[in-house]
Amino acid sequence: MESQVLLIHGGRVVDPSRGFDGPADVLIEGGRIVRVGPHLTASMAERFDATGLIVAPGFIDLHCHLREPGNEPAETIESGAQAAARGGFTAVCCMPNTQPVNDNASVTRFILDRAAAGAIVRVWPIGAASKGSKGEGLSEIAAMKDAGIVAVTDDGKPIASAKLLRNVMEYARSLDLPVIEHSEDASLFAGGVMREGPTSVRLGLRGIPAAAESICVARDVQIAAMTGARLHVAHMSARESLEQVRWAKQRGLPVTCEVTPHHFTLIDEDVTYDSRFKMNPPLASRQDREALLEGLVDGSVDVIATDHAPHTQASKEVEFDRAPFGITGFETAIGLTLEALLHSGRAKLSRIVELFTSAPARVLGTQRALAEGETADVTIFSTDHPWTFHAAESASKSRNTPFDGRKFRGGPMATIVAGKIVWRRKS
Amino acid sequence: MSFTFRHLLDAEALSRDEITFLLDQSGAFQGIQKQPLKKLATLRGKSAVLAFFETSTRTRISFGTAAARLGADTMNLQAESSSTQKGESLIDTVRTLEAMRPDVIVIRHAASGAPHFVAERLGIPVVNAGDGLHEHPTQGLLDALTIRDRLGRLDDLNVAIVGDIRHSRVARSNIHVLTKFGCRVTLCGPAMWLPPEMAGIAPNVRIEPCLDRALDGAQVVMVLRVQTERLQEPALPVDEYIRLYQMTPERLRRARPEALLMHPGPMIRGLEIDPAVADSPQSCVLEQVTNGVAVRMAVLYLLTSGAGSHAADIQAG
Repeated sequence: MESQVLLIHGGRVVDPSRGFDGPADVLIEGGRIVRVGPHLTASMAERFDATGLIVAPGFIDLHCHLREPGNEPAETIESGAQAAARGGFTAVCCMPNTQPVNDNASVTRFILDRAAAGAIVRVWPIGAASKGSKGEGLSEIAAMKDAGIVAVTDDGKPIASAKLLRNVMEYARSLDLPVIEHSEDASLFAGGVMREGPTSVRLGLRGIPAAAESICVARDVQIAAMTGARLHVAHMSARESLEQVRWAKQRGLPVTCEVTPHHFTLIDEDVTYDSRFKMNPPLASRQDREALLEGLVDGSVDVIATDHAPHTQASKEVEFDRAPFGITGFETAIGLTLEALLHSGRAKLSRIVELFTSAPARVLGTQRALAEGETADVTIFSTDHPWTFHAAESASKSRNTPFDGRKFRGGPMATIVAGKIVWRRKS
Repeated sequence: MSFTFRHLLDAEALSRDEITFLLDQSGAFQGIQKQPLKKLATLRGKSAVLAFFETSTRTRISFGTAAARLGADTMNLQAESSSTQKGESLIDTVRTLEAMRPDVIVIRHAASGAPHFVAERLGIPVVNAGDGLHEHPTQGLLDALTIRDRLGRLDDLNVAIVGDIRHSRVARSNIHVLTKFGCRVTLCGPAMWLPPEMAGIAPNVRIEPCLDRALDGAQVVMVLRVQTERLQEPALPVDEYIRLYQMTPERLRRARPEALLMHPGPMIRGLEIDPAVADSPQSCVLEQVTNGVAVRMAVLYLLTSGAGSHAADIQAG
């Protein structure tokens, strides 16, 4: 163990969980926050000069793919955690669509063992809702919960039938687990590779209509209403889907949703035959992007999640039709969010921090605060530090991002997990 | 005017002047088709790869004939015999072909954008011989050449394109070529094959599901092939298609009397077209085929001779 005591001084502490935003120092001892206040001193402490920087509770990513077990050439739990730390995330929730699928406690334990051995941030596994995520029988959800899963999903595809979804929701509710839905109607999706619209028609790429997502969200919120389960809609891209979530929220249902930085940054018009623009859900329309941005500000969108989806160069460097869906996302998330929400003047900093901290914690039924007694997971970021993202220098094993070479104003500066600085920016 | 493109990937990127230049060049090669000895030595020592990852007979033979008449050698790759069936990636396949040092690669592929993907990664010119649902630029050019020959001009024509617009790369290339000359293009077909967004891909394009209205005043009528496998996707009974969209002599009378009747082939008589229409004096189906060779000669010549701006000086025949 290195220094037991860490003093973060000179920064602006933003902690939406208790409505605090102001200058304060943070004193960490033995992996816990022992004091937050002005002009703290501590002898024998390691000091982190946060002058000009934002000091926030540790960021949580509700949605990522770490590819281990099964596709280690694309990512491992260790490399994914490195990339997450560089993105300012102190905890990441990994989706169960590995090989084998995380649908039983032994896979869950394997993931947690690998994380304990090599991950520099916290790894919180999400279990498969159905066995093999095949949409037939339920998986061993209670056993996985005991092993450490934080939610269930069949991500990569929706929970196959309304009947199965009902069973999953009733069961998950009894276990106090959220159900995360990849909402998509398979028959409308029908082999599409990008959002249906003027660009898909021009490029001759098979289109996926927005309704492929929104009619499934409609189904999902209806079954959430029927069962009272906590439903979290993953990577939402269409404004019609957001309307369904708003409908549920107005009725007081425990329904939440997330959007990814790429969906509030890029649109279908940006798509070329470059497979780095191929993800699912696909990049949506300009109007959708505007609706998602409004939702992020007005609270109808709860969470920003990356859907970090690494793929090897060999699998991605193929014809657009044949390329797998997905892009990496950890390292660019904060930069893209600051650009779209803060520098544009749309949202206050406290709202932005909430979208990455207390909001995802709420989805998981926990809390996230920067306060005395809390675990010392801290994200330190800048709102104006100029930097450029180079995919070739990414900590991820994969390079499949449309943001290679993008210049940012502001981004992660240091990531602290259990009181230990696991990453800090060098330039 | 010169042709400055390294590749021919789509008609959308071509300017009106470039199209005119290409058609003028093709005109020079049309003359050769009428000679008893049709072979030039222009590209002697050059070689072209014809990489057809999707089955094709007509286009492959047309490009092969064009290359042969220019004196170039061809190397053929066909999907059924290719290593893609053995799991090799497209990029590895074309890099292997490139390593044999051809001067141009002609590519037909079922994935839209595959020629663009290849062009970004190879050092030799790439010609798109049809990519998925996207474009078939030499078809657009040979259709334009045929229209210009028959009507004496390309400008400001009323053009109707009938059939499966959604899945047609021929329609897209024709739209991009013809609208650059001020043509008004009306797209017609069963509603599920007629996305309204097609009206936005170029100026002066409109959607009209009623065939009689679409043909009204048309000076050029293009009938697209109906791929019977498409009829099975969301099942549209063949008889319904015939009832509403088959090009019959009665329907063709809605168009101008001098209207041209075109079809990219292969034609299914009795499905999208009545045999009486296919064989009528208005039909230019076989001229399209002949012009296809000339256009492809011009394209191969301009991309491989490295003499784009001097091409106009080359004597044909």
